[in-house]
Amino acid sequence: MSYDTGDTAWVLTSAALVLFMTPGLALFYGGMVRTKNVLAMLMNNFWCMGIVSVLWAAGVYSLAFSGKGELIGNLDLGWLSGALHTPATGLEGLTIPPFAFMAFQLMFAIITPALITGAITDRIRWAAWAWFVPLWLLLVYTPIAHWVFSPSGWLFKEGALDFAGGTVVHINAGIAALAAVIVLGKRKGWPAYPMPPHNLPLTLIGAGILWFGWFGFNAGSALAGNELAATALVNTHMAAAAALCSWLLVERIRGGHATTLGAASGLVAGLVAITPCAGFVGGMSPIYIGLIAGAVCALAVGLKNKFGYDDSLDVVGVHLVGGIIGSLLVGVFADTAYNGAGADGLVESGTFDLLGKQVLAVGATLLWSGLLTAAILLVLKKVLPKGIRVSEEDEDTGLDLTQHSETGYALDRV
Amino acid sequence: MKLIVGIIKPFKLDDVKDALKDLGVQGLTVSDVQGFGRQRGHTEVYRGAEYTIDFVPKVRIEILVDDGDVQRVTDKLVETARTGKIGDGKVWVVPVESVVRIRTGEAGSDAL
Repeated sequence: MSYDTGDTAWVLTSAALVLFMTPGLALFYGGMVRTKNVLAMLMNNFWCMGIVSVLWAAGVYSLAFSGKGELIGNLDLGWLSGALHTPATGLEGLTIPPFAFMAFQLMFAIITPALITGAITDRIRWAAWAWFVPLWLLLVYTPIAHWVFSPSGWLFKEGALDFAGGTVVHINAGIAALAAVIVLGKRKGWPAYPMPPHNLPLTLIGAGILWFGWFGFNAGSALAGNELAATALVNTHMAAAAALCSWLLVERIRGGHATTLGAASGLVAGLVAITPCAGFVGGMSPIYIGLIAGAVCALAVGLKNKFGYDDSLDVVGVHLVGGIIGSLLVGVFADTAYNGAGADGLVESGTFDLLGKQVLAVGATLLWSGLLTAAILLVLKKVLPKGIRVSEEDEDTGLDLTQHSETGYALDRV
Repeated sequence: MKLIVGIIKPFKLDDVKDALKDLGVQGLTVSDVQGFGRQRGHTEVYRGAEYTIDFVPKVRIEILVDDGDVQRVTDKLVETARTGKIGDGKVWVVPVESVVRIRTGEAGSDAL
């Protein structure tokens, strides 16, 4: 086989960039929790880097990307046998080694369950999370990745567009987060007692790493080092920048200060929303998408207080809402002038054809992920001897000490 | 002997320390503390959610003095720590039964 070295180099680099997003996410979230729970947050994220990778090699990659089934793949590439040279089904035309594609996709599977950690922080038992991740990967992530990303999948065939994971990653993790907080319950004391972020500098470093890594996430999804990758990279950057501005504007108009947490949250909301659109839009569209996402998500994070669900670090408000905004706006702003393999949205075609397909993809993801996530947690609650939640006493003491026998900060000399 | 305890605004610590040194005070102890008096706390806003923080950061300052120095030192402390705004803090004086300097074993006023 001969491959394009430039394409290969870019996809390999992108795989490394996307992996780096998970520790970035861990810091982004870690800064927002209280001092006694910071290590548990980091650990829950790092666990995904471990267990997801091993299971990916054992068979999850194959189930997601091998075979002609519309609902799920087969195990032909299980144990990675032949995966170095055998292309994923329907992706025989790629100019990169199949192993590069396998590694790149693995990093998406790692960060998706990691996104959920922000909703369930401060109260989930370590053992419950340790079991949840592999089950969720297998039952929720794998089928949806197959439906949307594999050319054999039914949503791919329907013509729904998702450049880099608006449905598969963000709506999926966002609705799973909502289902999880409903099953798990609120943190003790929420919302009566303040639980402010303990280290916003960590959160801003994390947000910076996410922005950096997201270039691999979106521009790497071109699966080549070409004009499409450049388009996706610029779109990604512009959406993040615009959303940072619009989130701060909403904060200011609402009568408060422009906050650092708002800046970090806004840029992430923009990155989430541009993810499904990145390779299908161009021109000023990413800026419109970012402006909308930043403003709407800034308002959406208040919903949890109205409805009383403790989505602790706003996974629903940012990833679910941002993911839905992006997945629907593909149907508005998509333009075949930028990607012939895509489609024209409402603005170019004047029809709702594409928007309809996007609604279908969003709805299917919401239903499957929401129901299955709740089911997995309800089963774990019954099966695990100590359930899925720490005791009230352990919750007071903090998860770092009770779940991991460590503390994040040893600053006192006594 | 008496122990003078002051709760003051943190930014006033350097002024107070310098003034007391000029007065001839030989040593003092400070610690970071939190609490509230009439000043109450403040509010912080994270992603639009407002939190009331009840406890305000303050500095606690402790000085051991001979009975004859109590008034001078207390007056100086109060004068230097005052801004005239709410939240300036308090100073109180308590009697001390005995004091020992650990290094030499000196006791009473000799240990001050």
